[in-house]
Amino acid sequence: MTMPEAGPLLQVTDLVKHYPIRKGLLRKEVARVRAVDGVSFHVNPGETLGLVGESGCGKTTTGRCVLRAVDPTSGRVLYRRADGEQVDLATLEGAALRHLRREIQMVFQDPYSSLNPRMNLLDIVGEYLVVNHMAHGAKLKDRVAELLTQVGLRPEYMTRYPHAFSGGERQRIGIARALSLNPRFIVADEAVSALDVSVQAQILNLLQELQGKLGLTFLFIAHDLSVVEHISNRVAVMYVGKIVEMAATQRLFSLPRHPYTEALLSAVPKPDPRLKRQRIILSGEVADASRVPSGCYFHPRCQYAVDRCRTEAPVLREISPDHLVSCHRAEELVLAGIPVEGDPNSMLPAAPPPRKDQASA
Amino acid sequence: MTAKRDLLLEVKDLKTHFHLHEGMVKAVDGVSFELERHTTMAIVGESGCGKSVTARSILQILDRGGRIVNGEILYYRAPAAENGTPPPAVDLAKLHPDSPEIRAIRGAEIAMIFQEPMTAFSPVHTIGFQMAEVITLHQKVAKTEARARALAMLRRVGVPRPEQSLDSYVHQLSGGMRQRAMIAMALSCRPSLLIADEPTTAIDVTTQAQILELMRELQQEYGMSIMLITHDLGVVAEMAESVMVMYLGQVVEQAPVDDIFHDPKHPYTQSLLRSIPKLGAQGGRKLETIKGAIPGPYARPSGCLFHPRCPAFMPGQCDQIQPPLIQLDDGRKVSCLLYAEPAR
Repeated sequence: MTMPEAGPLLQVTDLVKHYPIRKGLLRKEVARVRAVDGVSFHVNPGETLGLVGESGCGKTTTGRCVLRAVDPTSGRVLYRRADGEQVDLATLEGAALRHLRREIQMVFQDPYSSLNPRMNLLDIVGEYLVVNHMAHGAKLKDRVAELLTQVGLRPEYMTRYPHAFSGGERQRIGIARALSLNPRFIVADEAVSALDVSVQAQILNLLQELQGKLGLTFLFIAHDLSVVEHISNRVAVMYVGKIVEMAATQRLFSLPRHPYTEALLSAVPKPDPRLKRQRIILSGEVADASRVPSGCYFHPRCQYAVDRCRTEAPVLREISPDHLVSCHRAEELVLAGIPVEGDPNSMLPAAPPPRKDQASA
Repeated sequence: MTAKRDLLLEVKDLKTHFHLHEGMVKAVDGVSFELERHTTMAIVGESGCGKSVTARSILQILDRGGRIVNGEILYYRAPAAENGTPPPAVDLAKLHPDSPEIRAIRGAEIAMIFQEPMTAFSPVHTIGFQMAEVITLHQKVAKTEARARALAMLRRVGVPRPEQSLDSYVHQLSGGMRQRAMIAMALSCRPSLLIADEPTTAIDVTTQAQILELMRELQQEYGMSIMLITHDLGVVAEMAESVMVMYLGQVVEQAPVDDIFHDPKHPYTQSLLRSIPKLGAQGGRKLETIKGAIPGPYARPSGCLFHPRCPAFMPGQCDQIQPPLIQLDDGRKVSCLLYAEPAR
C-alpha cells in the first residue's frame, strides 16, 4: 500500500488479535481464536470506511483494537494526530494514550444499554468534558446544549433521563456524547442496527451531515450491506479475521472480485418482488475462527475453489488501482455485482464521490 | 370479497389489549385479515406495531396481562365444500388458552417458529427428546416411531449428521442449525399454518438465504400456509404473496406483494419504502425519512394514528377522524382518508 505525503488518518498494518482457549487445571492454551488475523487497511481524513462481514468475522474486534479497548496481539495502528505526528495506538501507554482518546470516539450499537439510566442528559453528554477538566458550571451547560442541538435534540431535554427517549433519540444522545470532545475519528459499531427503518434513515442522515460539518472520519462497522453502501466511501469485506476484498464502494458493489463478496451481495434480500434472480446460496457455515480451514479460509464454501485454494493461503493484493482482493483466481473469475440504479457507467471505476457538499446540502 | 376463495384463517376485528401497571396497552386494535390456504402472507411493521401480538393471539400464547377483548379468529380446517356451504370453523379467539381444543391445534395444526431458537428450545433436554415429545403429544405413535420421525425431519431440513444432532443439546448447535432444528420441530406434525416470527432476524445473510430457501421448499412439499412476521422488507419481497402493513396495532394497508412495493397507497407504506437504503441505489444521497418517532403505547394520537408523522396530513380531518379500512376497486385495502369517498 502506498502512503502519500499528506497520508491517511489511520494506517493499520498486520493487525492480529488472538484469544487463547485455555483448558485444564494449569489453564494450558489448547487453541486460539483468530478473531483478527492479519488485517491491513487505511482510512483517509474525512472519509468513511465501511467494514462489513458476518458475525464472528472480526469486524468488531478490529474496531476495538483501533480504539485500544482491547490490546492487539501484534501489528501496528498508526494514527496521525492533529499536529501531523504519527503515533502507534497499538503500543501507546499511559498519559499519551489517554490524551489521544479525546480524538477517537465510539458510537455503540445498543442505545438502551450504552446510556446510564441514572444519569440525565447533562451528566451523560457532559461527563467526558468534566473528567477531562474541559468545562464546568454554566460553560458545561452551554456546551451540552450546543451538542444536543447539533444532533437534533432540544436543549431543554438536558434534565431528562434516558428512559424518556425513544431508540432513535437515544442514539442521538450517544452521538452527542461522542462529539463532546471534538473528536476527529469515530468508530461506529453497528450504530443503526438496533433501530427501526424509519429512524435508521434519520440517524444515517445525521451522521453524514455531521461528517460534512465537522470534517469527521468514520470507521463504520456494520453487517447490513445496504446501509454500508449508503454511507461509505470505501468498503472492506471481512471473513474469518481477514479482509478478503477492499475497494471504493460503488466498485465493490457493482464489480466484486472475491467470491465471498459476490455471495454476500447475492444473499441480501432485495426489497423488490420483481427481482427473482438466481441466488447464490452458500453451503455450510462461516468457518470457526479457532479451527480455521487450510489454504483460503473460504474454500470449503466457495463454488470456484480449485486445488490451489485448499493448500495455499491467498494474500491481499492490488489487482487494479485501489482494489484489493485476496483470491488466487481474482483475475480469471467473472463475478456478478449489484447493477447501479439508473447509471449506464456503473461498470466504470468509481471516482470518490464528492461527499462534503452533499452532506451539508 | 370474491367467492371461491379457499380461506384457512379469517380474522375479524381482533383486539388484544394488555392490562399493565402503567395502564392499558392496545397492542392490537381492530385487525382484520384473511389468509388463503397454501399461500404466504407477510405482516410488516416497525417495533410496537402489534405484528407479533397478532400472531400470538392466534395461538393464544399471549404474555402476562394480555387478553383478546374483541373479535373472531376463524380457523377453517377443511376447504369449502363444492356446493358452497361454508366449511366448519373454529373460533380460536373464544377458546381458553389452557383448553384442550387450543392445545390440540397449537403445535400440531398451527405451528410457530421464533426469532431466537435458543430460547424456544429447552436447554436441559436433547433436541430429539423435545421433538419426540411434540410428536407423541399430538399423534398416537410409540416413542421409537416418534424418534424415527424426528430423525427423518432433521434430515429433511438439512441438519448434518442428524443422528448425532438428535442427541445434542441446543447450545451445541450453531445459529443456523438451531433455526433448522426449530423448523423441523414445528413441521413434525405437518401443520396447515406455520407462523414464522422474525425467523431470520438473528442470523447472518448467507445463512438467512439458506433458511428462506428451505422454508420455500418445505411449503411446496407440505402445502402449508405461512404467516411471515418481519420488519425486513427485503425478506417480504422475496417470500410473500400478500402483505399486511401494520402501525400501532392497526392495519394501514393490505395488498398483493407487487402492489405494496410498486404502487403503495398509504403514506406510511410509501415513506417506509423510501426510507430504506437500497443496494445499487448509489450512496451519498440523503435518505428520505419519516419525521418524528413511533409514539409510545400510552400516547396514542387522535384520529389517524399516523397523522403526526404523515407527509399528506390534512388538518381538521386526519387528527379527528379515525380512517376505516377502505376497500379499493382492485380489492386492496387501505386505511387512509385520502382514499375515502369525497362525502365530507
